[in-house]
Amino acid sequence: MQTRRETLKQSAVVAGLLATAGFPQYAQAAFNKAAFDAKSVQDAIKAAGGTSLAESKDVTITGPDIAENGAVVPLGASTALPGVKHMLILVEKNPAALVAMFHVSDAVDASFSTRAKMGQSSDVYAVAIMNDGKALWAKKEVKVTLGGCGG
Amino acid sequence: MADPMRIRAQASGDKATVRVLMSHEMESGQRKDSAGNTVPAWFIQEVTATHNGKQVLAAEWGPAVSKNPFLQFVVKGAKAGDKIAVTWKDNKGATRTDEATVS
Repeated sequence: MQTRRETLKQSAVVAGLLATAGFPQYAQAAFNKAAFDAKSVQDAIKAAGGTSLAESKDVTITGPDIAENGAVVPLGASTALPGVKHMLILVEKNPAALVAMFHVSDAVDASFSTRAKMGQSSDVYAVAIMNDGKALWAKKEVKVTLGGCGG
Repeated sequence: MADPMRIRAQASGDKATVRVLMSHEMESGQRKDSAGNTVPAWFIQEVTATHNGKQVLAAEWGPAVSKNPFLQFVVKGAKAGDKIAVTWKDNKGATRTDEATVS
């Protein structure tokens, strides 16, 4: 038997939960929030579906040796290997390591370039996650003279 | 915001290189305004590209992609006259699609 007061209390809790769940920021189900929230390179790769990590010469990361402006650092990831499922670009010392994740299809080359923000000098990684879950990576150090994450 | 994207698609051989320049603030969620409050993150989360109506690329981005993002990718089997369309969607649910013809 429920009193009216208890019922009211419960509905307030439910309403609160709904309000939190309905928060528009992460409403899209497809977005892999866990991977983008991960702080370290390893965690991000794991959350993106990569299991065994291995350095590979077949994966290429392109970027400048010294980036004058950390707000705009051109980075590219590419590989000629067949059977790539995702390509990731990561910056190790950013607040969240993962910058971008590309889903590779048969119709595109596993070769992408974009521009990233970097808070400080750091290693940047290109990771190819293969269809069997192997994560092949390559890294490069980029020195940043002016950070791009803070105000 | 939501200015048009600038898309250039150039065919070479049996592939086409597509370069896209989007117009978006890409707020990282790390910055503080003059009053010391954190500026909420506002960034493009999903990018998709289609070649003649068939989806060829999907990407997920984090807030660490630069302001007014640049993206380059290579579409196999695209030739001059084909249509390349790019769509983005940000974390506030805004979306924009633009189309270009391969030259």
